[in-house]
Amino acid sequence: MRRYLGRKVLIYGLTFFLAVTIDWLIPRFMPGDPIANMLARVSVNSTAAQVMHDYYSHVFGLDLPFWQQYLNFWSSLLHGDLGKSVYLFPKPVVQVIMDAVPYDIFLLLPSILLSWYAGNHFGAFAARSKWLDNIVSPIGYILTATPYMWLGILLSWFFGIVLGKFPIAGAYSFDVRPTLSWAFIGNVLHHWFLPFASLFLVSFGGWAIGMRNMIIYELEADYSRYLTALGAPRSLIRKYAFRNGILPQITGLALQLGVIVAGALVTEVVFSYPGIGYLLLNAIQNQDYFLIQGCFLFIIIGVLLANLAIDIIYVVVDPRTRRGMAGESA
Amino acid sequence: MKKPQKKNEFLYFAFRNKKLVAGLVVILFFLALATAGPLFVRNDPFAYVNPQGAQPPSAKYWLGTTFFGQDVFAQFVLGLRATFIVGIVGGGLGTLIGILIGFTAGYRGGMVDELLNMFTNIVLVIPTMAVLLIVAAYLQVRSLLTECLFIGFTSWPWAARAIRAQTFSLRTRDFVDLARMSGRNSFKIIFTEIAPNMMSYLVMTFILQFGGAILVAATLDFIGLGPTNTVSLGLIMQYAVMWGALLLGSWWWFIPPGLGITAIVGALYVMNVGLDEVFNPKLREM
Repeated sequence: MRRYLGRKVLIYGLTFFLAVTIDWLIPRFMPGDPIANMLARVSVNSTAAQVMHDYYSHVFGLDLPFWQQYLNFWSSLLHGDLGKSVYLFPKPVVQVIMDAVPYDIFLLLPSILLSWYAGNHFGAFAARSKWLDNIVSPIGYILTATPYMWLGILLSWFFGIVLGKFPIAGAYSFDVRPTLSWAFIGNVLHHWFLPFASLFLVSFGGWAIGMRNMIIYELEADYSRYLTALGAPRSLIRKYAFRNGILPQITGLALQLGVIVAGALVTEVVFSYPGIGYLLLNAIQNQDYFLIQGCFLFIIIGVLLANLAIDIIYVVVDPRTRRGMAGESA
Repeated sequence: MKKPQKKNEFLYFAFRNKKLVAGLVVILFFLALATAGPLFVRNDPFAYVNPQGAQPPSAKYWLGTTFFGQDVFAQFVLGLRATFIVGIVGGGLGTLIGILIGFTAGYRGGMVDELLNMFTNIVLVIPTMAVLLIVAAYLQVRSLLTECLFIGFTSWPWAARAIRAQTFSLRTRDFVDLARMSGRNSFKIIFTEIAPNMMSYLVMTFILQFGGAILVAATLDFIGLGPTNTVSLGLIMQYAVMWGALLLGSWWWFIPPGLGITAIVGALYVMNVGLDEVFNPKLREM
């Protein structure tokens, strides 16, 4: 178990190191000059622009040798300093992101966990039942092929505009103040529901299909046939099949996290939901590079932590990893 | 039942498989629309042709016009073209890299495998969309090809991992050992002994990469980090959302692009299930 987790932590450490390096590398080695872009937004004459360019190069430490810049980058990162946001100047990037993170957690955690849970149970239920399978499978394939933003657009158009039942933008109405009252909580939930539903539905399709295929595979396995031959009740066999089928689904959850996060970004854009995705769109449109870099790091850290959590759960769920019996497939 | 001849066995089962045929029909329909569609379009996709602004589909504008009076059909067929290019080039590149790394790691084993495997795992954990975002954000001018390259270079890890596992199980088989004893070089062994035995697997990997690349491209385009010089289906949706198509109820503006993507990717997935049944006799429902 120590070996298994140790290996994982090593991978995550390396990944984090690589991610920070990319984050440092890209602004410096991409064609185009971020400072020039920034200055292009304010029109000044060329001599003044030159002075400003030198000034900002110095302020951001871009006139130092590269190795020094790299070390400085790490040191300020470890001090929790990601620079200041340009478009929300002078708010520090870390604070801007921290304001957005709760909305992301509020949106992502329930949609990921519930869709995973419901998808697995639905898929297992549909497997080997002809008529249910004929309903669940096509719906599953359509849902999992749907681009996140399009489902978001459809839901927001149909429930928000055509039926007028749900608000289509923001995390709460402009006319209520954030207080701890039932009215406010209701308002927040009302705004939360559509983005949640669109994230939930797309992921749900994928999990249902994955579990359906897994159960069919497990029911063909030798242990299932042996149990059948022994005359074990159907429900018991399916229970064992489910417990075996759930393991690849846990690994799958870890692998899918990046895709789900990307989906959440565009869903937030559709619903103007003030999480990291919406922040990122504004940062891109305002060419706020520090904010873009900060969002990048936060997404990476979030995904790595979630991966670690999933690994620990895997150790709890699958006894083989504890005895060092699982190969590198796990 | 007539006994199929050995040579045409694959085609025989392929055409009897409803999923494969249905998926193929949908793909071919959109492919035809993407190749031939622009020939029937009289309007420049960016030109403001309709002075009345947003109008529902009519005989003149098959999919209506946007808020600015642009022809949605003209944008749609051009966007479809971009979608297929991203799928084929981006997905193809992802598959190719996956094949190279998977074969090398799986066949060589040992230290090479350890290193490649670690590299694959690292790229697998990084949310690639975040990397794409930051790279794309810093590139001022982006072409469709750049987008294909981005996607290809970030989408290969799961393919590499799957192909590695398959290669691993094949490389200790007798026929591979024999080939090795006959003194053939590794490259030849991989491509004449191992690859043909997992051809079906490679084809299916490509199809999944194809669909995945389309979805990633749609996401990038939608947040405004797609190609800067052409229309794409994601970009049409971005404009629709940005310019209030929802509030104005211009459904003809945002439904076709998303429907196109869903239909193509869905058809690819269904085709994949069909192919699986064709290649794997155990799964055939007959």
